[in-house]
Amino acid sequence: MSTDVNVKMDAIPGLDPNAMPLQVKDLHVEFRTRNGIAHAVNGVSFDLQPGETRAILGESGCGKSVTAQAIMGILDTPPGFVTGGEILYRGVDLLKLPEAQRRKVRANKIAMIFQDALSALNPVFTVGFQLGELFRKHRGMSRKDAKARSIELLDLVKIPAARQRVNEYPHQFSGGMRQRVMIAMALALDPEVLIADEPTTALDVTVQAQIMALLAELQRERNMSLVLITHDMGVVADVADRISVMYAGRVIEEAPVNDIYASPAHPYTKGLLESIPRLDLKGQELSAIKGLPPVLTNIPRGCAFNPRCRYAQDVCRHDPPVPLYQVSSARTAACHFWKEVKGDE
Amino acid sequence: MGRYVIRRLLQFIPTVLGTMFLLHYITSLAIQFSGNPVRAIFGDRTPPPALLAAVTERLGYGDPCLDQKGNPCFGLFLDRMQKIFSLNPDFGVNLRLRPVTELVSDALPYTLKLLVIAILFQSIVGIAAGVWAGLRSGSFADNLVKISTVFLISVPIFVLGLVVREFVGVKFGNVLRGQEWIPEVISRGVFSPGFKPDYPLASLIIPGMVLGAVSLATTARLTRTSIMENLRADYVRTARAKGLANKRVIGVHTLRNSLIPVITFIGVDIGSSMAGAVVTETIFNVPGIGRLVTLAARTGESSVVIGVVTMLVLVVLIANLLVDILYAVLDPRIRYE
Repeated sequence: MSTDVNVKMDAIPGLDPNAMPLQVKDLHVEFRTRNGIAHAVNGVSFDLQPGETRAILGESGCGKSVTAQAIMGILDTPPGFVTGGEILYRGVDLLKLPEAQRRKVRANKIAMIFQDALSALNPVFTVGFQLGELFRKHRGMSRKDAKARSIELLDLVKIPAARQRVNEYPHQFSGGMRQRVMIAMALALDPEVLIADEPTTALDVTVQAQIMALLAELQRERNMSLVLITHDMGVVADVADRISVMYAGRVIEEAPVNDIYASPAHPYTKGLLESIPRLDLKGQELSAIKGLPPVLTNIPRGCAFNPRCRYAQDVCRHDPPVPLYQVSSARTAACHFWKEVKGDE
Repeated sequence: MGRYVIRRLLQFIPTVLGTMFLLHYITSLAIQFSGNPVRAIFGDRTPPPALLAAVTERLGYGDPCLDQKGNPCFGLFLDRMQKIFSLNPDFGVNLRLRPVTELVSDALPYTLKLLVIAILFQSIVGIAAGVWAGLRSGSFADNLVKISTVFLISVPIFVLGLVVREFVGVKFGNVLRGQEWIPEVISRGVFSPGFKPDYPLASLIIPGMVLGAVSLATTARLTRTSIMENLRADYVRTARAKGLANKRVIGVHTLRNSLIPVITFIGVDIGSSMAGAVVTETIFNVPGIGRLVTLAARTGESSVVIGVVTMLVLVVLIANLLVDILYAVLDPRIRYE
C-alpha cells in the first residue's frame, strides 16, 4: 500500500520524525477586500503533541476557521493571504514548500473535517467516488480496490449497510451519516493530524454526542492529533486536552482544559464561561458579554477586547498590544490584569 | 424514469394538436383576409372563374368557410387531421402539387445540419470561453469575454448575418478565391456568401456559426458565472483539502456542477435557435425548413406552414425531453417519478 507517494513524502528535506506533528508560530493572515484589509489572524501560535487534542475556541469571525484553512493551505487567495509566521509539520515549514509537495501533505498527513457536510460533499458524485478518489489519486489504486477500501472506511465510521450506501449520493444520507462520511474521508489516508472545523455544529445534540464519541475513539486507536475548532464550551470540556481561546485573530488565553474551567485568566474566557446556561442558577438572568466582536478591518488598539471588558484601564486602550503573560508553567493569558481576573473568581 | 418518459411523450399529444389548430386558424384567417392564395399561380393574368374554382378545389382551398372572416373552419381542421392521422399520413400539397412530406424531408436535413453546427459551436466555444473567463475573474481574459459577449448579445441575428455574409463571405471570400493554393472547399465552400449545393456541409459552417453566435454569448456568460460561483463552493474547498491536483479540482469537482445550468439553457435555447434558423437560412439562402416556411407563409400555403411548423414543434419537444433526461444524469438530486 505504501507507494511512491509516501517515498516522496519522506523525501521532504528537513523532515524530523521526532518533531511535533504540528506547530503554528506567529501566523498572520489578512483578507484584502474592497473595504480595506481585514486582519483575520494576527499572530496565532500553538503546538500539538502526538495524540493530543487541542481545542481552538472562539466566536464566529475570530479567525479560527481561517487558521485551519491556512494550515491546510486552502485559503481563497485572493482575497486571503498568509502574511507571516510558520506552520511546521514535523519541523518542516509548510508555507515554504512548493505547491506540489504541499498538496501531498494534505489528506496524507494533515486532513480536515468541515462544518456542514451537506455542502462540503460534492452533490453530483457518489460517496464511494468521493472516498475512492483519495485512494486512486494518492495511492494509485484501481477503481475496484478503491471501492473496497471505501466500503471498509464506511464500516469503520459505523455506517450501516456500507456495501449499498457506498453507491449513494450525499443527499441520500442523514445529517449525522453525512458527517460520518466526512470523517471517513478525512481518515482515509491515515493522517497524523486531523483538523475538525466545528464538526458537530450542524447536527442535533444526540447526534453531536455520537459523532464526538466516534472521533475520540478513532483518535485514540490511531494516536492521531486533533485540532478541534468550536464555539461550544460543552464539547471542549469533554474531549480537549488543551484549549486556545481566540479573540479578533489572537490567542488570548492558552491552558490545559481543567485549569481554564476552574479559573479563567482572561476576562473574555470568563465571560464565555459565565454565558453557559447552568441548572443550579435557574431563574437568574443569563449573563452575556456586552457589545459585539470588533470589525476585522478596524481592530481596537491595545487589547482588542477592551471596549467590552469590565476590567479595562487606560493601559488596555493603547498600543502596544497586550503581551502574553505566563500565568503558570503550562498556561498563558493576554491580559494585564490576569491576576485580578483569576483571583476574582 | 421510464414512466416519466412515457408521460412526457403523452404530453406531446395535446401540445402538437394545439399547435396545429393554432396554425390552422392563423393561416385560415390570413386567407380569409387577404384572399385566395391560388390566384398567385396565375400571376398577372385573370383566370376564368371556372378554372380558378377547379384549381382551388384541387389544392384544398375550396372550403366556403375560407370566405367568412373570423370563421375558425373547424370542419376543414377535422378534415386535415383525418388525413394527417390516417394510416397513410397526408399533409397535403403545395401550390405546385408537391406533397408537404416530400418538401419537409428534402429541407429538414439542411436545417438539422445547421442546428448541429450551431449547437456544437455554441457549446464548445461558449463553454471554453466561459471556463477561461470564470477561472480568472477580473483578468484580461475575463474582461475580453465579458465585453465581446455583450457585443454579440446586443447585435440582432439578421444584422450579424448580413454583416458576416458581406465581409466574410463576399469580401474575405473574394480574397481567398484569388489565391490559387487555397483548396476550393475553403475558398468556395466555407467562405461562400451563401449555401452552395456543391459543398453542402462546408458552406453551412459559417451560417451555423452565425446562428449559434448569440446563444454562444449567453452560454459563455452563464458558464462564467456558474464557474465563479462553484469555485467558492464548500465542496470545491473539500476537494482541495483532499490534496487533489488543481486540474482535477476544476475539471471534475467544479465543472460538472457548473455545467448543470448551462445544459439547461442550451436545451431550452434549441427552440429559439429554430426561430433563428428561419432568419439565417433566408440570409444565406439555405434550402432548409426555415426558408421553406418563410416562402410558404408569404404565398399563404397553409398546408405547408402547418406541416413544417408541426415538424419544428416536434423537434423542439424531443430536444427538450432529451435535455431533461440529460439533466437527471448530470444532477443525481433530480429524480423523475
